[in-house]
Amino acid sequence: MTKMNLNSLRTGPDAYGKFGIHGGRFVAETLMPLILDVENAYEKAIKDQSFINELDMYRRDYIGRPSPLYFAERLTEHFGGAKIYLKRDELNHTGAHKINNVIGQILLAKNMGKNKIIAETGAGQHGVATATACALFGFECEVFMGAKDIERQKPNVQRMQLLGAKINPVTSGTGTLKDAMNDALRFWVSNANTHFYIIGTAAGPHPYPKMVRDFQSIIGEEAKKQILEKENQLPNALVACIGGGSNALGLFHPFLDDEEVEIFGVEAAGKGLNSNLHAASLTAGSPGVLHGNRTYLLQDDDGQIIDAHSISAGLDYPGIGPEHSWLHDIGRIKYLSTTDDQSLDAFKLCSSLEGIIPALEPAHALHITGKLASERKGQIIIMNMCGRGDKDLSSVLPLIMKNDT
Amino acid sequence: MNRIKKTFNKLNKENKKALGIFITAGDPNFENSLKLITNLPDNGADFIEIGMPFSDPMADGPSIQLSSQRALKSGMNIKKCLSLIKIFREKNIHTPLILMGYYNPIYKFGKEKFIKKCIEFGVDALIIVDLPPEEDDEFYFEAEKNNLSMIRLVTPTTDEKRLKKILLNASGFVYYVSITGITGTQAPNIKNVQDNIKKIKQVTDLPIVIGFGIRSPGQATLMSDVSDGIVIGSAVVDLIKKSIDGEGVSGGEELTTCLDFTKEISKALKHN
Ligand SMILES: Cc1ncc(COP(=O)(O)O)c(C=O)c1O
Repeated sequence: MTKMNLNSLRTGPDAYGKFGIHGGRFVAETLMPLILDVENAYEKAIKDQSFINELDMYRRDYIGRPSPLYFAERLTEHFGGAKIYLKRDELNHTGAHKINNVIGQILLAKNMGKNKIIAETGAGQHGVATATACALFGFECEVFMGAKDIERQKPNVQRMQLLGAKINPVTSGTGTLKDAMNDALRFWVSNANTHFYIIGTAAGPHPYPKMVRDFQSIIGEEAKKQILEKENQLPNALVACIGGGSNALGLFHPFLDDEEVEIFGVEAAGKGLNSNLHAASLTAGSPGVLHGNRTYLLQDDDGQIIDAHSISAGLDYPGIGPEHSWLHDIGRIKYLSTTDDQSLDAFKLCSSLEGIIPALEPAHALHITGKLASERKGQIIIMNMCGRGDKDLSSVLPLIMKNDT
Repeated sequence: MNRIKKTFNKLNKENKKALGIFITAGDPNFENSLKLITNLPDNGADFIEIGMPFSDPMADGPSIQLSSQRALKSGMNIKKCLSLIKIFREKNIHTPLILMGYYNPIYKFGKEKFIKKCIEFGVDALIIVDLPPEEDDEFYFEAEKNNLSMIRLVTPTTDEKRLKKILLNASGFVYYVSITGITGTQAPNIKNVQDNIKKIKQVTDLPIVIGFGIRSPGQATLMSDVSDGIVIGSAVVDLIKKSIDGEGVSGGEELTTCLDFTKEISKALKHN
């Protein structure tokens, strides 16, 4: 194994795509030449000034970056402790952080001469972002989405269709995000020479975890600059939710070497960590190999993958990006979890106190943010508000009304 | 000499091509898959590939996905799969057995323990679909050190430079994936297959076996003409599916259909 720079936590992965024991390239031979191509193209692109300029232009003029860093005064008051700042990535075009990564990858696809795109999606946010970018570039787009998720994320399905994407409902396995990723990979194996696969989170075979992290790191880079401008100091803590871990790494990565900054990742505890109905792969899983990488997984004693559960389709995944697994192993980041019900309370709270309807995913982060804030008077916390909740209304409203009566 | 080498040498002398049959351990249940495997050699199979079911078979099409699900539902796991092999080997000491699967169940079981059991129970080779040469440090060298062959896959997307890398440490035979795709979903194009097999032959003396898209006696003949043997999987597990009822309960009919099918292919390959 090539050595990582021991003075920095930001130099991973090594030449084999490993973060500690995690990561790697566990894919069928048919895919190997393709992911090597993607890796080569990516390494070349990020050193190419014209690629960087084009990416910057789309970030600024199309996505709407930089996103604001907003002092959430009423939430701060409510919890009565640390100052809470929200990194407003829900204001991005298409309503979540996913577009940051998609624009980067579609520019890469264009560089590689591929104009047919596939993507997997859970909540539909990555699917919408991909369909959007494909419309923008005039590329063909196919999105793989679990049949169960198609039901609970209707508005996003309609958006994708309007944008011209073809939706492939996935019924194999349990019909959720992991199966959508299986089917996307299967499709890619079968269409290896013509299609580019835009993976939506910091997981999958190398170079995806690194590439997605790099494209999302703009979140943390901006946040660092913004907090220094506003507070003239680094934050004491960072908080973000974790599905596969892309919005979290995006915020965290630029701060990894700032030892004084505590970092918290929030997994979905579903109906409780003891219920078997959750998606907390770090807190309750063990290392294994799935979707091209070694990482913490929800699995049984025989190494069969167990279905995840979360009220939030975007967190409903039995794995996690390999860099998080490594950061967990070395203890740099603390991983906590929020239940379905706690996230619903946070969802309501944020809507009524700040006039910001959060996606259910960052509502998980907000629950932990509130808990941390109340114990940390005088400190500063930045939370990644990585998506807006419009997509969740049809599934959340009936639950809120039920809980209220 | 090991069983794989012996089998291919013998067939080669008789100017015959090898027929490999794939079935998933535990599909539709432990007893019947054991009966199937036990009877395959007498019905024309020269070697047997036994699938170890995984919940997320990334390189497999619907037929083998469903087969894996049936096997998992019947309670199959690595431990039972190994004991199935142990029972088979008590009666058959000649037919090569190749275990095929995905890495996670093996990793969870423990790789040293797994390799040890494979050797003890008479497994001849492994195909681990999601371990490309880039991950050789992970498992490959340990297996080879213990004389357990690791079968390499070559695919239509493998270029010449990569071919050399793949075949550098290859043993047993070379598995040529005849389609750019997942198992059982397309028919291979004979011209492309022929061209690629030629390229592989320039790099290795190992037997070359073709699989992934072969379903019919006609295809079997075509593909075996340009190689040293073929593997049929999806078409066999589809017969299992057809032979059981909606609840997955078997009346044993699949033993007849699968073995008859094996006989038919064997006849097409002019085995006797
Ligand atoms: C708004 C939002 N947040 C978070 C996630 C989880 O993904 P990740 O952990 O990669 O940020 C999703 C995924 O769909 C999402 O839509």
